[in-house]
Amino acid sequence: MTEPLIEFRQVFKSFGSNAVLKGVDLKIFKGQVTTIIGKSGIGKSVLLKHIIGLLEPDAGTIFFYGRPLEAMSASERRELKGKLSYMFQGTALFDSMTVYENIALPLAEKRRYPKAEIRKRVREKLEQLDLVGLENKYPSQLSGGMKKRVAMARALITEPEIVLFDEPTTGLDPIRKNAAHNMIADYQRRFGFTGVLVSHDIPDVFRISQRVAMLDDGKIIFEGSPEQLRESDNPVIRAFIHGHDLIDME
Amino acid sequence: MLSAEKNPNLLAAIGRRTLEPVEQMGKMAIFLFWGTVHMFTLPLQWRKIIQQVYFIGAKSVFIICLTSAFTGMVLGLQGYYTLVKFGSEGMLGAAVALSLVREMGPVLTGIMVVARAGSAMAAEIGIMRISEQIDALETMDIDPVRFLFSPRLAAALISFPLLTALFDVVGILGGYLTGSVLLGINPGIYFGRVESSVVMNDVAGGFYKAVCFAVLVAMVCCFMGFYTHLRREGFGAKGVSLSTTSAVVTSCVLILIADYVLTSFFL
Repeated sequence: MTEPLIEFRQVFKSFGSNAVLKGVDLKIFKGQVTTIIGKSGIGKSVLLKHIIGLLEPDAGTIFFYGRPLEAMSASERRELKGKLSYMFQGTALFDSMTVYENIALPLAEKRRYPKAEIRKRVREKLEQLDLVGLENKYPSQLSGGMKKRVAMARALITEPEIVLFDEPTTGLDPIRKNAAHNMIADYQRRFGFTGVLVSHDIPDVFRISQRVAMLDDGKIIFEGSPEQLRESDNPVIRAFIHGHDLIDME
Repeated sequence: MLSAEKNPNLLAAIGRRTLEPVEQMGKMAIFLFWGTVHMFTLPLQWRKIIQQVYFIGAKSVFIICLTSAFTGMVLGLQGYYTLVKFGSEGMLGAAVALSLVREMGPVLTGIMVVARAGSAMAAEIGIMRISEQIDALETMDIDPVRFLFSPRLAAALISFPLLTALFDVVGILGGYLTGSVLLGINPGIYFGRVESSVVMNDVAGGFYKAVCFAVLVAMVCCFMGFYTHLRREGFGAKGVSLSTTSAVVTSCVLILIADYVLTSFFL
């Protein structure tokens, strides 16, 4: 197989006495959507935040394009960050800005595009995510599902090479959940970005994922295609994807 | 020493307690350094600076006028009844003007702006921190110090001297109200004494103090909000409330300490 775009090698992370990542090994390949699954509170978002640089590992190395992150210079890191985008689990929308301003912010702050171009791009995203008419609303005036869609629009506005989605469809109704999945898949096809998703939407999310990784007890216990996951006889994986407790199986 | 032997963690605890403030001060200095540098990095953030000047400066005008008027009036009353004992009530204008221009103008303006705008800065940035909005800025490759702190620092540097000047003028008029209108000192003598006693050095001293307080207030209030998540005493909303309280108390104390230090230099 080709060289991974992002690779975790023996990554450890603790918060105080709470060890969250206990030697994670994970490969993410260019142009694919990789979904990370696992029980709630197991450390999936922590894993994702290591990719974007919001958290740094206590031990171990993260490689981008085969180069360790810590060996990169400040300008290389900035360049890399410019290729990444992150959609937060709690949306992290700017609550004193309107929907339009939230979506336009990543473009407006860089001042690389004229205002007309920014307006056009935001308009496009508003239409694709069924947000037309909400441009002048504030996040506090929106439902949870609407906020998720605004957050997704903001994450995709810069047309990034790598997009990290932290539970992008939690709280959406089935129709909008499918629309969001379709949009991720469609964008992935059109722009060929590399997607990393943290999701609990099993099995729906497998439709748009080329690879699945399962995190359990601080380690990646499975990496492979969704089909391989379904065929796995690992009791922890079977219990998770079928939604029952290990004790029930015994 | 004996208790340290009994409890080996005691020394570590003392060390931690000593190092923590040093670490905080170092962090604050770095925060101020980058905030100052980013005031001048291109593209300049004019729109945000104007918005902050409106918030810190324009919206404080009423409260500054109110407090300065009453401060001047009290100075007029107290000054008159003190000076009249020595038959020097004619010096009231000088007493009111010098007290305001040299000391009370910059100090009370600073404290009032801390109460009105500084607390709001700390709370707003603190809420942005706990709701991951600052993390979101980082993921968008937008420097949060530049985005949040630099415009506020620039706006404080513009607003504080102007508000101080306003405080001085309204305060002198307040002194006139009690001294001349209420207690009958000749207005010509009152304003003549104001004019003859206040020299450029007094005004410049007040101006330097205002600039210094602007840096202190913007730095402390933004810093407390920015690092809300690192507080050990409280998380979430409680953390923000503690940060806001710390921001207000620390700013006020630092204003008074800096006032003493600056006064001792200027005199």
